[in-house]
Amino acid sequence: MPCIEARDLRRSFGKTVALDGVDLTVAEGRILGLIGPNGAGKSTALHAILGLLSFQGTLSVLGRNPWTERDRLMRDVCFIADVAVLPRWLRVAQALDYVAGIHPRFNRSKAEAFLARTTIKHHSRIRELSKGMITQLHLALVMAIDARLLVLDEPTLGLDILYRKQFYDSLLNDYFDGDRTIVITTHQVEEIQHILTDVMFIDRGRIVLASTMEDFETRYHEVTVAPDQVSAARAWRPLSERQVLGRSIMLFDHPDRAALARLGDIRTPGLADLFVALLGPGSTAQREHVK
Amino acid sequence: MSDAQDTTARPAAGAASPPGHRTRPFYWSVRREIWEHRFIYLAPLAIAALVLFSYTVGTLHLPHIMASQSATEKTPAHMPPTGLPYSIAAVSVILTGILVGVFYCLGALYNERRDRSILFWKSLPVPDVIAVLAKASIPLIVLPVIVFTVTISMQLLMSGLTALIVLTHGESLPAFWVTWPIYRMALVLAYGLVTLALWHAPVYAWLLMVSAWARRAPFLWAVLPPIALCLAEKIAFDSSVLGGMLDNRLFGSFNAAFNAQGPSAGTLIDISQIAPLQFLETADLWIGLGVTIVFLAAAVRLRRTRGSL
Repeated sequence: MPCIEARDLRRSFGKTVALDGVDLTVAEGRILGLIGPNGAGKSTALHAILGLLSFQGTLSVLGRNPWTERDRLMRDVCFIADVAVLPRWLRVAQALDYVAGIHPRFNRSKAEAFLARTTIKHHSRIRELSKGMITQLHLALVMAIDARLLVLDEPTLGLDILYRKQFYDSLLNDYFDGDRTIVITTHQVEEIQHILTDVMFIDRGRIVLASTMEDFETRYHEVTVAPDQVSAARAWRPLSERQVLGRSIMLFDHPDRAALARLGDIRTPGLADLFVALLGPGSTAQREHVK
Repeated sequence: MSDAQDTTARPAAGAASPPGHRTRPFYWSVRREIWEHRFIYLAPLAIAALVLFSYTVGTLHLPHIMASQSATEKTPAHMPPTGLPYSIAAVSVILTGILVGVFYCLGALYNERRDRSILFWKSLPVPDVIAVLAKASIPLIVLPVIVFTVTISMQLLMSGLTALIVLTHGESLPAFWVTWPIYRMALVLAYGLVTLALWHAPVYAWLLMVSAWARRAPFLWAVLPPIALCLAEKIAFDSSVLGGMLDNRLFGSFNAAFNAQGPSAGTLIDISQIAPLQFLETADLWIGLGVTIVFLAAAVRLRRTRGSL
C-alpha cells in the first residue's frame, strides 16, 4: 500500500485554482521533496494530505481518507508547519506534558533525551526561545512520536545555516529509519537534495516533474561545455543554457551520459538549476511542461 | 539509535497500528486552556483579595461601632455585621467569573487561528469536537467551580476575621455570626452557579461560534448583530420580542431558578428560595440548551473547515 496516493486532486479557493488535477504516489519509506514557486499549491497539497482542507478527487493517506478520517489518521502522521506555529505562551515542560497526555505514540524520554542535547530549559516559555531553539523543540516533540508519515512544510524557514544543517542531520540520523515516509517542502532546495529519495516539482497546481533521485541522476546532466563544442552541444537541445565566467553551462534531459561527457565537464545538476530550467522565466521547457 | 526498539514495536506496513499508551485528550485540553488563560483563576482571586482587603479595613472599626451600638441598646439581631458584605463579595466574584467567561470565549477559537498555533494543535490527534468541548467547559464547568471555591474561601476568611477582631476586643460574637449558616450559603451559591451556567450556556456557545467564524473583531461580530436585530425589530414592527428574549437570556436566570416571593433574609438569598423544580420546568432552559448544542456543533464544524487567518 502506498503511503500517499492521489488521483485527480483538485481544490480551488474562489476563482484561484490551487490544485488542478494532481496525481501522485508516494511509497512508504521514501523522502519526497515537493518543490515549487510561491503559490504553486505546495501548502494546499500538504494541507489536503493532512486533512486540513476538503478536496475533490481521490486521496488516500496510509489507507485513509484524510478529510473524513482525520482524527484517526493524525495518530500516524506528524506535521511541522514552520517555526511560528508553536504557541508562544506554552512552556517547554507543558508542551511535553500535553503531547504525552494526548498522543498515544509519544515517547517522552526520547524527547527529553533530544532536548538534553540542546540548551533549551524546561521552564522556558516558547516566546523566550530563539527561532532555532523553537525548531529544535518542535523536532524533539515530533521525533519522539512513532509516526509513519512526517510532513514538513518549510520547516527551516528563517533559520541560519547551522540550525538548518542540524535539523536535517537529526532528521536523517535520529528519525528516519527506512519505514517512515517524509514529505518536505522548502525553498532551500540545494540543502535537501542529498537526503531526498524522490522529487516532485509543482507549479500552478500541477505536477511538472515527478522522479526518483536515481532517475533524476541518470536523466539530467549539466555540462560546462568546452568552447569548441558549443554548437555541437546545442544540437543536443539543452533544456537551458547560461553563461558563467565566459563558459556555457547547459542542462540536458538525456540519458546518454557518456556522449554528453565528451562535450565538456559533466556533473549531476542541482535541483534548483533544473527547477529554474523547467519553470524559470523564459525557459524553453516551460512552454512544454506548463500549459 | 532508535531503530532497534522501533522496528520490533512497529507492525508490518499496512497492518493496524499499535494502540500506544493511554491518553486523556479532554483532560489535557482543559489543562492547556488554563495554562494559556491564567486569568481564568487569577481574576477571581484578585477580586477576592481586593474584597478581603476592603473588608479588613472596614472590620477594624467594628468593635467601636458595636460598643456604641450596645450603649444605645439596639436589638442584637440587627447589629452589624449583616450579611451585606458577604453578598457584595459573592456578587463581585460571580460577575468577575461571567466577564472572564465572555472574554475567554471570544478569544478561544479566534486567537489560535490568528497566531497560527492552530496548525500545531491540529497536528496532534485531538478531534475538533474534543477541542471545542474542552473550551466550552471553561465557562460552563471550570469557572463556576473556581468562583465557588474562591467565594466560599473568601467568605470563610471574612467570618474568621470578624470573629478574631471581635473576640480580641473582648466583645461577644454578634448574633449574626453565631447563626451564620455557611453551609446553607454554600448550597445556595452552588445552586445559583449551576443554574446560571446552564442559563447562560447558549450565550457562551454563541460567543464560541463567533470566535470560530470571525475573520476579525469577534467582539463586534458577537455583540452588534443581536443589537442591530433588536433595533430593526423595534423600528419595523415597534415591538421588542427579540429584545425581551435577549434580556431574559442575559438576566433571567435568578427569576427562573429562585422563588423570588419566598422568605428572604434581607440581602441574602435564603435556602428556602431555591426552586429546582420550577427551574427544570422552565421551557426557556431547555430551548437554551438546544440552542447551545446547535451553536457548539457549528463551532466544531467551523474549526474543522476554517484554517489559520
